[in-house]
Amino acid sequence: MIFNLRNFKTRPLIIGMAFMIASCGSGGNKNTGVKIDSAELQKDIFTDISHAKQVFYSLPSPLESAMLIKSAGAVYNEKLLNVLINVKRYTTNKSMALNLGVYITDLSYASLFDQAQTTLKYMDAAKKMAEGLGITDAIDQNTINRLEENINNRDIILDIISETFMSSTAFLKENDRQPLATIALVGGWVEGLYIATQLVGDAPVEDNKIVQRIVDQKLSLDMVVKLLDNNKANPDIASIIKSITDLKNIYDKITIKSSKISPVNDEKTKVTTLKSTSSSNVTQEVFTQLKQTVKTIRSNFTL
Amino acid sequence: MKKYIPYLALLFLITSVSYNVSAQCKGFAKKICKTELVPYIHDGNYHAAILSEGEEAELYKTFYSNQQYRIAVCSSDSASQIEFKVIDANRNVLYNNREHNLSRTWDFKLEASQQLKIVVKVPVSNRKKPDAEILSGCVAIMFGFKD
Repeated sequence: MIFNLRNFKTRPLIIGMAFMIASCGSGGNKNTGVKIDSAELQKDIFTDISHAKQVFYSLPSPLESAMLIKSAGAVYNEKLLNVLINVKRYTTNKSMALNLGVYITDLSYASLFDQAQTTLKYMDAAKKMAEGLGITDAIDQNTINRLEENINNRDIILDIISETFMSSTAFLKENDRQPLATIALVGGWVEGLYIATQLVGDAPVEDNKIVQRIVDQKLSLDMVVKLLDNNKANPDIASIIKSITDLKNIYDKITIKSSKISPVNDEKTKVTTLKSTSSSNVTQEVFTQLKQTVKTIRSNFTL
Repeated sequence: MKKYIPYLALLFLITSVSYNVSAQCKGFAKKICKTELVPYIHDGNYHAAILSEGEEAELYKTFYSNQQYRIAVCSSDSASQIEFKVIDANRNVLYNNREHNLSRTWDFKLEASQQLKIVVKVPVSNRKKPDAEILSGCVAIMFGFKD
């Protein structure tokens, strides 16, 4: 079929609309809001002027957040999870996206500590959030059945969790709902931070591995800020930016110093070690402020 | 009204093609690229872009101390080998796959947590192709870690 486009006065408008709509679906494109704002690129790793067609900011996924908590020597505390009875509270897109991330972080945490029944129950909660958001192909009854069938096989469980999160966020991005994908990511990240800060409790911050992991999140906070900023025109994102700014104000009191990185290759294992040292100046007082701020944000997200 | 039908059809076609390309990209990342991460555990994040020859994409991510990671960078065009390099905050290139036969993966661990930038580029192909044809395809960047 051949269209004679010259016969139509409205040709530029319609074609323009077509390309605008088409480009929205690809997500993360420079034209759809991921272009780096040069005014913000004054420091650290974001300093270079970008020539890239697309720029991504990657947050720790729910699974990675849970793994970081566990590898720091944390214990399992089911009381820290967002209670399942809250599921029915979440009726807006924002609350469902936030708690999709929250529940997937919770089930990741539970699964890494081999809490089979809790993992199943929280996958069902995540399924409800996904359904509410109209995500049709990420979490279905087959996902729950696969989890049940493989409940004692941790590798398969972790694979199902990672695939669930990937499919959920990919679905939102593909359907021009990038802000909701960002909200789910931020919800999951804050939940990981909440679990970690609560697990520390009032313990001393010196030589505390979980505290070190929490301090390290200052580095990921930069990515959170960039991701939110790219979607700040969305009203749901605007309200989250306020919360994250409060968190950033606390993190700004912490300084992380890092030495030059030296890559060392191990010819036998084919693994490169990035050798460097880092130190931070977190105090008990700042940590207490951080813990309280995270708790407040998490309450806002889940209540 | 009839005169607008071809344009509406074009609009539909373009949006459909875009959606399908995007969906195919996810399918490729899930079915093909993810297997490059084995035996590492995929973290669940999804980063993919449609890139043409000569185009670049960048990804910023924090990697954590005492963790071991694998980066996998793959292209849906099996004939295309993607270049990628990993750069630190001081612009030092920590890894460049051009020095490793354009390897699709890199395994590394860190002694201290770091923000790193991954730059991927689709090199201009020397393959014979019709004039003015620009090859493009899905490029996925995925991460795995060890439990």
